[in-house]
Amino acid sequence: MKPSAPPRPSLAAAVWRLVLRRLLFAFPVVVLVSAGIFVLGKLSPFDPVAAYFGVRILRASPEQLAQIRQDWGVDDPAWLQYGRWLSRLAGGDLGDSRLFSQPVSTVIADRLGWTVLLVGVGLLTALSIALLAGVAAAWHRGGWFDRAVTSLAYAIEAAPVFWLALAALSLFAVQLRWLPAAGVSDTRADVSFAQVAEHLILPAAVLGLAQAPWFVLFVRQALLTELASDYVLAARARGLAERAVVLRHALRTGLLPAITLVGARIPELITGALLVETVFSWPGVAAATVTAATSVDFPLLAAMTLLATVAVLAGNLLADVLYAVVDPRVRADG
Amino acid sequence: MADTGTDPATEARSYRRRRSSVRREGAGDRRPSSRRTVRRRRPGSGRPGPGEKRRARLRQTVSIAILVLLGLAVLVVPPIVDLDQQQVVLRQADLPPSTDHPFGTDEVGRDVLLRCVYGLRVSFTVGIVAALVATAIGVVVGAIAGAFGGWTDRILMRLVDTLASVPHLLLGIFIVAIFRPSLSAVIASIALTHWLSTARIVRSEILSLRERPFVDAAIVGGATRWRIIRRHLLPNVAPQALLAATLMVPHAIWHETALSFLGLGLPAHLASLGNMINDGQRSLLTGVWWTSFFPGLLVVVAALAIAGLAGHLRDRTDPQRRAELML
Repeated sequence: MKPSAPPRPSLAAAVWRLVLRRLLFAFPVVVLVSAGIFVLGKLSPFDPVAAYFGVRILRASPEQLAQIRQDWGVDDPAWLQYGRWLSRLAGGDLGDSRLFSQPVSTVIADRLGWTVLLVGVGLLTALSIALLAGVAAAWHRGGWFDRAVTSLAYAIEAAPVFWLALAALSLFAVQLRWLPAAGVSDTRADVSFAQVAEHLILPAAVLGLAQAPWFVLFVRQALLTELASDYVLAARARGLAERAVVLRHALRTGLLPAITLVGARIPELITGALLVETVFSWPGVAAATVTAATSVDFPLLAAMTLLATVAVLAGNLLADVLYAVVDPRVRADG
Repeated sequence: MADTGTDPATEARSYRRRRSSVRREGAGDRRPSSRRTVRRRRPGSGRPGPGEKRRARLRQTVSIAILVLLGLAVLVVPPIVDLDQQQVVLRQADLPPSTDHPFGTDEVGRDVLLRCVYGLRVSFTVGIVAALVATAIGVVVGAIAGAFGGWTDRILMRLVDTLASVPHLLLGIFIVAIFRPSLSAVIASIALTHWLSTARIVRSEILSLRERPFVDAAIVGGATRWRIIRRHLLPNVAPQALLAATLMVPHAIWHETALSFLGLGLPAHLASLGNMINDGQRSLLTGVWWTSFFPGLLVVVAALAIAGLAGHLRDRTDPQRRAELML
């Protein structure tokens, strides 16, 4: 670094400041979202006591109902109920899932791993596709490959994920019988590595393909921008081989934002997981959320919405931290 | 604007700006991105060639033609065609596509093409109504935040940021689930989750309009705040709002099909595209692929055509962006 350059904050200090600022923002967001969930739950015509009893409510005596209403505090003022719910949440007690007859935390713990596996492999697939197709498309801008990739990207972007999933299911599992259609293992087979790997291919490929267009277009655009910049012109003027110019110079700079932006794609990944898990009966949290929604399992649904919010905020934070780590110029910006 | 010189701070800022403009993709984000600046500075290296321009125009023409065709099908077919989409002909169940039934028949012998037309009608209606409601919410919130500024602005934008932290579909599922699936619940769930980007666009647009001389003139002329918003600010954001609304329609349709597909959308007797895909899913395992494939294909075609129309609108409203063919 030249002596005349302004002093830069150290990496650790910059990241620490960033994390602190983001947490200060995240805390009110989570509280606000939880309040929103609570208010919506209160507004809904859904009655937890009636749901608990189901048909048996016809045989329950009024005294029994009154007793339960009092025990659960259903008729307390709303702010009191909200405070109780929030303090239990803060203590790590997410309530009980009616649908699975388990504590919500158990339901999540049992299933989160499967979702992380699916989303992780899907994301890797998307990134690989994006890197290969995006670079090739930008390299020969306007060529047939570029046009094919760009059109295909828009088409896939416009297609509903679940439709892609159904099409893949129909083609590869039903017509060709190459791959299994649902679950993580065959019926009566143990959950082994080979079984899971075989069952993972279709859902992960569909999720990856559905996420790929955005990354492809981003990598392509980022690379095009870099290719039009001064240092690329300088590299070309120095007579470097085209390979070196594109791969070593332009791609390195252009890829920085793309990699860090993975964190900012968490909402789309969650949406994709919700739909793909449902189609392929994948035993993850996302599919459980849909089931919880169809049977109005309020505690589970509320916990999942909060969890997703936290995941999105964490993803944003990760994106910003990664960005500050890989690109020293951002740090100066504070 | 964004100078790509040697000053690290400026450079970092332009870098960050590019990133944030990419993050809020779509919906006519007018932030000056360094990408465009680079293009304008260096003609030849980044600007789209004549071939790309011609193709873009062709794409727009085709999009509009498809939309007209779909629109005609949706508006004209139901009143004049003397066929009942609910007519059950069990003897003709699960027929593959043929000349009699171009899209085949479903598990109870209903014609898939005819049901697709009705489904498209429902999906379009839901999509357009939801997009209009969402745009209205976005314009009102954005205008209030931008015109009043200060604490109002800060609170409203915090609210937007908060809502943006919850995945749309999940929030939509949540809303529909606790209010029982119905037409109004679906529209509400789409509208309540999709107004955020419009609010942001309108706010930033109004912030820049507020600095313009004609607003100063109006203030000097003694106009009230509401009058300035109504007469001077809102008409100027109308093109942006229209563009945002158009771009929102495919999103809304997508959202409706996703909710219906999950069984949380429209009541089963309404043939929406999502419901049809959901119905078709059951017979998929027996090899009957056409009952779910064609409704989904229609969603893709309609979404692409609307995106093409939006590109056309953008070129019409903002000639500066003509160079930017990306949607």
